[in-house]
Amino acid sequence: MVRQVFAYIVHKEGVADDTALEMVAAAKRIDSDASITAIVAGTGADLNVVCNEIASSYQEVWKIDSEALSYPNAEAIRTLLVRILPKEGLIIAPHDTFGMDLAPGLSIKLDAAYLPDAVDIEGVDENRLKAVRQEYSGQVSTHVVCDISGGAVITARPGSFKADESKGAGGQVVDKTAEALEGGFPETGRRFIEVAEAEVGDVDITKSDILVSVGRGIEDEDNLEIVYDLARAMGGDVACSRPVVDARWLEKSRQVGTSGKTVKPKVYMALGISGSFQHQGGIKGSPFMVAINKNPKAPIFQAADVGVVADILDFVPELTDKINGSR
Amino acid sequence: MEILVCIKRVPDTSENEINVNRDGTDIERDDLVYSVNEWDNYAVEEAIQIRDRVCGSVTVVTVGDEETEEVVRREMAMGADKGVLLSDEVFKNSDGRGIAGIIKAEVKKGKYDLILTGAQADDGAGQVGGMLAAMLDWPYASLATLIEVTDDKKIKVGREIEGGNLEMLEIDLPCVLSIQTGINEPRYVGIRGIRKTASAEIPVHGAGDLGLSPESVGKSGSKIKQLDYFVPDAGEGAEILEGSVDEIAEKLVELLKARGGIK
Repeated sequence: MVRQVFAYIVHKEGVADDTALEMVAAAKRIDSDASITAIVAGTGADLNVVCNEIASSYQEVWKIDSEALSYPNAEAIRTLLVRILPKEGLIIAPHDTFGMDLAPGLSIKLDAAYLPDAVDIEGVDENRLKAVRQEYSGQVSTHVVCDISGGAVITARPGSFKADESKGAGGQVVDKTAEALEGGFPETGRRFIEVAEAEVGDVDITKSDILVSVGRGIEDEDNLEIVYDLARAMGGDVACSRPVVDARWLEKSRQVGTSGKTVKPKVYMALGISGSFQHQGGIKGSPFMVAINKNPKAPIFQAADVGVVADILDFVPELTDKINGSR
Repeated sequence: MEILVCIKRVPDTSENEINVNRDGTDIERDDLVYSVNEWDNYAVEEAIQIRDRVCGSVTVVTVGDEETEEVVRREMAMGADKGVLLSDEVFKNSDGRGIAGIIKAEVKKGKYDLILTGAQADDGAGQVGGMLAAMLDWPYASLATLIEVTDDKKIKVGREIEGGNLEMLEIDLPCVLSIQTGINEPRYVGIRGIRKTASAEIPVHGAGDLGLSPESVGKSGSKIKQLDYFVPDAGEGAEILEGSVDEIAEKLVELLKARGGIK
């Protein structure tokens, strides 16, 4: 039996998200012979461009075209997917802000298993899908088995599966609009108003070559002085991870991560940052990364080039002195 | 507005180094510091602030054992009006769907306008809120960082999406929202405040009270099971600098200079 795997494609302004090709890889990890179908919801010219762009990577591309989909409302899309997906199907979506909105409820509506935030898939034995997840802020991993006899909704962590660039699928674009909209566009109790753009700050960290980035390990707002001192000594700018913004110690425009800025410096100092995947997702261009953290299990040490296991409150002033003294 | 907040007691990852136990069946649980899941704390604070603006009450609910009661008391000390503990031997090892089903049964016993959950907890799944909403057929939005009550029929919600932008939505009540950190600044609760709630009665509801069949929850009702815990192969990983603080700093300055890290 050829297993059918579906992938929900996130796209914006006529460009498919990077996860579109990562999900091809994830689907092949489920079953290398799987028939892989992309589902793309949207409208107009942008939608067609995305469908054609990914057709070389998927055997089939199911298109749902409606003006009401010009902005993706997960509540409506969930209903559309339930209308067109076969019983017991497997569907993958990215574990991003859209997938997290869509997927848990979708698993209930399909009466299927839910496998959230998979970082690896090890294959299927009968109807048992084996996968790897992370828990406790990425400090430990766990193998899970998922009973997929009644289908499954899987979210794949962005960046965890290596994009499948083989592009040999030669897929057909199939218009599923009529089937999906039979009975009309779904009524939902949730209406999109607008996207409010994030505020622009005083420093544009996306342009910085040297970033001194600080996380929860700074413990108190007053301690930020040592971070500014190091940034001055290095000639860099101060950035941060989410908890520092949540605590209102630095402005949102300095936050690195998927819910903040995407940066591409040459050197990245991660001070007291544990290194959640959302944070790491905002660091591009493989900078030289130095992690300083008192927890040797912090996931940031996996990503960094050089690590120092130390309390930043003790170590950072020493480092600053050393730099200033070396001139 | 009647608000229910779903909370979870978890090992505090900012206070603990998490290790796998000897046979890989669980994490090492001795000496762990437990606390309320960080995201849930923001959800409770938000519920309290909404209640203080528009009146109503805040109830916190959790699924767990008797030890879990401490986090209910903690959130009541913050200002939640009521607490409920959903506890039963058969609830053990429930997956996300099982937990959502248990909470759904409790929701059906009351009359709530708004249900809040944390956006995620220790397992990083972020699933219970979305599942609960689907089971109730209520609207859902995840990752809320802004809530404005429009009237008793609808609310305005900002969802945090990529790049820190906000997706502004209008949502009909009743609804379920998952709360992202940073939506507010949760108030501090001292030991004294928690002590004050020591005599507050926290009802415990089991499977029988909730009309749940044992097969629908716990291990038997789960579609997803954990095989083992492990520490992933370190791979390349960082080169950890060793030595005295002075030696490490010296070495790091050299490395930074070589990589253009000091202008």
